[in-house]
Amino acid sequence: MTIVSPETPTASPDAPTGTGSPATRVLGGLALAAVALAALYGLVWSPADVEMQDSVRLMYVHVPAAVFTYVGCVITTVASIMWLRKRTAGWDVLAGAGAELALVLVILTLATGSLWGRPTWGTYWTWDARLTSTALLAVLLTGYLALRRLDLDPDARSPRVAILGLLLVPNAILVSRSVEWWRSLHQRATVTTLDPQIDGDLLVALMCGFLAMALVFVWLLVHRFRVGWLEHQAGRLDLDQALADRRAEGRAAVAGTAPDTGTGPGTGTGPGEDTGPGEDTGPGEDTGPAASPPASSGTGAAPAPAAPAATEVTA
Amino acid sequence: MWRDAVLVARRDLRIELRSRVAISQVGPFAVLVLMLFAFALDPDRGVLDRATAGLYWVAVLFSGLLALGRSAAIDEADGVREGLRMSGLEPGGVFLGKAAAVAAQLLALEVLLGAGVVVLYDAEPAGPLLLVATCLAATAAVAGAGTLYGALVAGLRVRETMLPLLLLPALAPVLIGATRAFEAALDGVPADGWPWCGLLAAFAVLYSVAGALAYGALLEGQ
Repeated sequence: MTIVSPETPTASPDAPTGTGSPATRVLGGLALAAVALAALYGLVWSPADVEMQDSVRLMYVHVPAAVFTYVGCVITTVASIMWLRKRTAGWDVLAGAGAELALVLVILTLATGSLWGRPTWGTYWTWDARLTSTALLAVLLTGYLALRRLDLDPDARSPRVAILGLLLVPNAILVSRSVEWWRSLHQRATVTTLDPQIDGDLLVALMCGFLAMALVFVWLLVHRFRVGWLEHQAGRLDLDQALADRRAEGRAAVAGTAPDTGTGPGTGTGPGEDTGPGEDTGPGEDTGPAASPPASSGTGAAPAPAAPAATEVTA
Repeated sequence: MWRDAVLVARRDLRIELRSRVAISQVGPFAVLVLMLFAFALDPDRGVLDRATAGLYWVAVLFSGLLALGRSAAIDEADGVREGLRMSGLEPGGVFLGKAAAVAAQLLALEVLLGAGVVVLYDAEPAGPLLLVATCLAATAAVAGAGTLYGALVAGLRVRETMLPLLLLPALAPVLIGATRAFEAALDGVPADGWPWCGLLAAFAVLYSVAGALAYGALLEGQ
């Protein structure tokens, strides 16, 4: 799906203009094939476990989801560190994409774990160390994404979410360690989540699950990153459009009052701006259609709204 | 940096002493939480005795949230944050000063709650060295993490709801560690409590260093 036209003056040549590309379509096809293979191996070809029976099949989703939850958290923390160093929007968007995927996967981990626990442990929930720390990780991710979702100016939001993202992995490690110590001091784990003496077919099914999860994770990450990037670009377009509108109104107001103030038409560039035709007001300030660079920073959209605004005021 | 920290800590504590919010509101709230626990868990069944350590630290955390909210709110009025940014004070010093002021209030709160559990829950203090060390380490941990998270949500309209959502899950290790260390002290086996005290100290150092390094970026972005 193409959202921003390549001809749009604000889009840089290498900026993504949609969420798909030939490479991601190939990746998506591979991911679909891997999911189909994992489903066949996990549900049909692999045998039931001697002890866990058919509930072992949940492990082929549960374990990869848990592992890729941590991958998403690491991506968020690394991208947050990179944002603090580079201060570029791409790292901020990547950090958000990693955290969103991690939250989806941690919920999937908890859900499949609970479903597996009911027939195996006899309960949907127990205060096992891993369950507890996973639930706390879900809350940490929810808090991080809640802060991201706040309607804040990007300059105010980005440092906050970057520092919170930076703390995500250390927090997850501290929570996990403390909960494991807590439970190990008071009760030994009575049931392990996966038999280490795993049968050959079960191991292949688990590996298929990992492959499918890895491909789906990368595919989703790429698309979520591109959606985030396009949102960022759209936000900039809105801001540029609003700036252009205000400048057009200013020019129109000056043009409309010019005969009264005695200022010659064509010399005024707006309230508070330099009126000398040969003196620019700065690299970021558009002083009129003739001075507007067509593809610099989005201010090239100024001429379109300027004309109707001027007509309206002068009429 | 340390001189700036002392300056900011004295300022925050002076404001708290003059406003008397900590004394007139946070302290009574903490005692009220202890009483609510007694209402919820019948004192005659012995549940309070067994859960004293956990209830004590939950009360400290909930009451501490109020103190942390106050600490962040002090800088939001009258352009104080802009003043701090323009003052030339080291951001790390500002962070440590604010955390130290919160820590001083939390320690006073812990003494009050300690008296509360002795009187209301009939707890018998034991292992004084471990109790004091745990209080100091846990206080530093809560103050460091709370001040950093307070800065993360400073100036937001949803500050009151965001701070607990972000802070309490991060403080789970502190609650677990402090509770286990207190239980070990009260049970007369302090050797079991010292590893937990070490965890609390590590948490405090991590958040103090992270906060001192990150506070500048947070001040700039507000």
